[in-house]
Amino acid sequence: MERRLWREASFDLTGKILRINWLYVLLLCALAGVGYTALYSAAGGAVEPYAGRHALRFCIGLALMLCVSLIDIRLIARLSWVAYAGGIGLLVAVLRMGHVGKGAQRWIELGGLQLQPSELMKIALVLALASWFHKASWERIGNPLFLVPPIVAILLPVGLILKEPNLGTAVITAMIGGAVMFGAGVRWWKFLLVAAPVPFAAQFAYQHLHDYQRARIDTFMHPENDPLGAGYNILQSKIALGSGGMWGKGFLQGTQGHLDFLPEKQTDFIFTMIGEEFGLVGAWAVMGLLALIVLGGMLIALRCRNQFGRLVAMGISVNFFMYVFVNIAMVMGAIPVGGVPLPLVSHGGSAMLTVMLGFGVLMSVHVHRDVEFEGTGEDR
Amino acid sequence: MRRETKRTGVFTRRALLLMGGQVAVLGTMAARLYQVQVVEGGRYATLANENRISARMIAPPRGRILDRFGTPLAGSRINWRALLISEQATDVKATLDAFSRIVPLTEYERARIDRELHRRRHFIPVMVREFLSWPDMAAIEVNAPDLPGILVDVGTTRIYPYGERLAHVVGYVAPPNEADVANDPLLSLPGLRIGRSGMEKYHDLALRGRPGAVQLEVNAVGRVIRELDRQEGVQGDDVGLTIDAGLQEAVVTLLGDESASAVVMDCRNGEVLAMATNPGFDPTVFNSGVSQAQWSEWTRDRRTPLINKATSGLYAPGSTFKMAVALAAIEGKAMTINDRVECPGYLDLGDTRFHCWRKGGHGMLDLRGGIKNSCDVYFYEAARRVGIDKVAAMSNRLGLGTELELDLPGQRSGLIPTRDWRIGQGHPWNIGDTIVSGIGQGYIQVTPLQLATYTARLASGRQVQPHLTRSLGGVLQPGVLPEDWPSLDLPDKALRMVREGMWSVVNEQGGTAPLAKLADPKWQMAGKTGSAQVRRVSREMRESGTFDSAKLPWEYRPHALFVAFAPVDAPRYALAVVIEHGNAGAAAAAPLAKDIMTETLQRDPANRTEPLGAKLADAKS
Repeated sequence: MERRLWREASFDLTGKILRINWLYVLLLCALAGVGYTALYSAAGGAVEPYAGRHALRFCIGLALMLCVSLIDIRLIARLSWVAYAGGIGLLVAVLRMGHVGKGAQRWIELGGLQLQPSELMKIALVLALASWFHKASWERIGNPLFLVPPIVAILLPVGLILKEPNLGTAVITAMIGGAVMFGAGVRWWKFLLVAAPVPFAAQFAYQHLHDYQRARIDTFMHPENDPLGAGYNILQSKIALGSGGMWGKGFLQGTQGHLDFLPEKQTDFIFTMIGEEFGLVGAWAVMGLLALIVLGGMLIALRCRNQFGRLVAMGISVNFFMYVFVNIAMVMGAIPVGGVPLPLVSHGGSAMLTVMLGFGVLMSVHVHRDVEFEGTGEDR
Repeated sequence: MRRETKRTGVFTRRALLLMGGQVAVLGTMAARLYQVQVVEGGRYATLANENRISARMIAPPRGRILDRFGTPLAGSRINWRALLISEQATDVKATLDAFSRIVPLTEYERARIDRELHRRRHFIPVMVREFLSWPDMAAIEVNAPDLPGILVDVGTTRIYPYGERLAHVVGYVAPPNEADVANDPLLSLPGLRIGRSGMEKYHDLALRGRPGAVQLEVNAVGRVIRELDRQEGVQGDDVGLTIDAGLQEAVVTLLGDESASAVVMDCRNGEVLAMATNPGFDPTVFNSGVSQAQWSEWTRDRRTPLINKATSGLYAPGSTFKMAVALAAIEGKAMTINDRVECPGYLDLGDTRFHCWRKGGHGMLDLRGGIKNSCDVYFYEAARRVGIDKVAAMSNRLGLGTELELDLPGQRSGLIPTRDWRIGQGHPWNIGDTIVSGIGQGYIQVTPLQLATYTARLASGRQVQPHLTRSLGGVLQPGVLPEDWPSLDLPDKALRMVREGMWSVVNEQGGTAPLAKLADPKWQMAGKTGSAQVRRVSREMRESGTFDSAKLPWEYRPHALFVAFAPVDAPRYALAVVIEHGNAGAAAAAPLAKDIMTETLQRDPANRTEPLGAKLADAKS
């Protein structure tokens, strides 16, 4: 107790700020810079309407992140179920009164800000699961009954997000939940037990998908069947990427994006623009930066000395990784188009704030990596 | 503690596993990206270019139609159009209202514009009004600030300097219909017109030219970003006609208000120098669409302005037919040129009496006298002796009642009856039918162009075919030289006697057409009158002695005809005039023929390379 207090005392604001992983912050800034450049090009070589707002949002997001990173991780842990309840509440609210966009209710207006509750929900879910497994011993995790509440905690938001309907986010949410449980030490065979019926479930789900979702899967399978219809996006994206070649057409020289061939070039297909203008080299560089951010998050998890922080850091890193994977795989035509932006690069306000909120929590884990934590007997 | 360490160990292992998985996934995606961007890059780069560059065809300028001296008869003129791009207009309705204050738009036009605005993408221009006058143009330009979205653009439109005076020959163009476009996608080009009648139709392909292409950089929604490359099309060939525009104009003027037709031909080679039909119509009207009112006005007019009477007006040739009957009788050895026939004023056949136009009769007449006096009985007799089939064969040989090799769409072939034709109709042939055919009445129907061809063949002894095309793309077409045309192979003596008879009709005391005698003594014209009954004149009417066809209602009066050639000693020009319901050939058509022939001889288009009175024509156009 004594020791903990001593640590606490040395843990003033300056100390916390010094413990922030500034290299990681720099990586995030670099990624946002990539986004600024790409959006500048997407607007045809202009700051307006995308790049300027992107920079402003990133600054706000950065401030939010730094503030959150100073919040004591134990406070966050204590509030994690509150956050979870709030997230569920927002999901219910969006179903009740959300705005319908492209056939789905996905966001609500909150003080002039468009909010996608499903994005917040993912962070809240990570927190809730982490706090649940934080207290759990290795033996308790082996007890199947102990796993029932976290599984319910995962399925509840997944079900609500499916109902919006937003298949992509629902799947990602489920996978993040699964990742946290995996990190917590849930036995391998239990994952296999869940994974085994997935193909059948997918078959069943396909039958009950919305037409637009089924069309996406169909056109993904055969994009050339309908080059001007639903397959258009994928095909145009591949054309843009392919025409970029090894070295790209040069900054502002992309023809596909600038001539409006590329749909939603400032959001979902921003990576395509990068690939077209800066070539494979540029695209690989951006992928490398993204990989550094993902792996950096995982390293933060590894360096953390409490289970809650570890699981939270892992969950948030996996969340970011899922964004990156889905978006890039989508623009390359490797998975069906899912309306998932490339975080910190794509244009869009609410996604930026939620992502930065997540990084704030991640950074809080890092800042508080050595704090003594109830229920964790491992502190040295 | 150990338990917790185990938990940490599991986490570390699994986190590292997860990281490995993430690296593997990202690596796979990087490899896939290499595949898309570099391995398959070339293919996609080509696709990207196709995406970006859109090749569009541009309509070539249509070739001109010229007269024999190069005077334009059909050409293209700049057409100022006002277009509206709705995306550039803040308020489309306000813009159109403002436009209406400068150039009034009808309700109908507004409805059309609204419809097109609705249908098209907001950056594609919609035509608000074309054929703007210069003052309108200027007014629109000056008021441009009040007309956001309006832009003025230049197209071309077809113009016809001689308008309705040559409409039947030159024809007109109109926008292609769906069937045309289905046959030739080139026709879907905006602004392209297709020849719908006359020479515009006959030479449509040559006049059209080859389309050009323009390469445009476009975006996915089809908006033009910039023009990359432009290849102008090849203008269509100019078509040179045999027509002398000046003569044509003079002939039309001479025809006046009559519903009439006249054809002037070079009798040595069949070149049509003038083909006039009154009344005419304005060919430019078809370019933008004919109004209902205009259409019903045309169709209601009993003078049939839309019909080219020269090639598709059918008339009984009347006495103008008599030369054909005479030649048939001579060639058929039924008569010689010196055989005499007595005319008592009638010919009795069974219990039917066929009258001569002259009640008292002509007495004894040979061929020359028969033609000079236009004695009906002489030709009744000639026809009776030789028979209808030989008359028909000779007529066809001379160009009557048969389809001519004319390069103008829509000609009718007319009819010279034969026994077989009548039997084919389910009737027996009566000798009476032969008799009336001898004076060009009955079933016989010919066109003015056939009459002119017939006269030209009589005058030249060659089987000339009438034609209107003299040159194509500057290259003279065959048929200019008399040697291009085969001989008629008729006995020279007989032809000369027929020509002499026709000379005497005009120039000798007692001829039937003294009014046709040319005023200038250095030229002499040979000719023949004709009157074609449109209604059967009953015996009672004729015998009452008070019958006067001039007192009949217009549409029952006989047509007045005249055929002629000149100069008599070296025939160069053949002429046929038909005045619908003009009553008598001698009185109505002969003086007109004289004036037309005088005009023709003065201009002498066949011997000139420059039009007579070129300056005059310039001043008019």
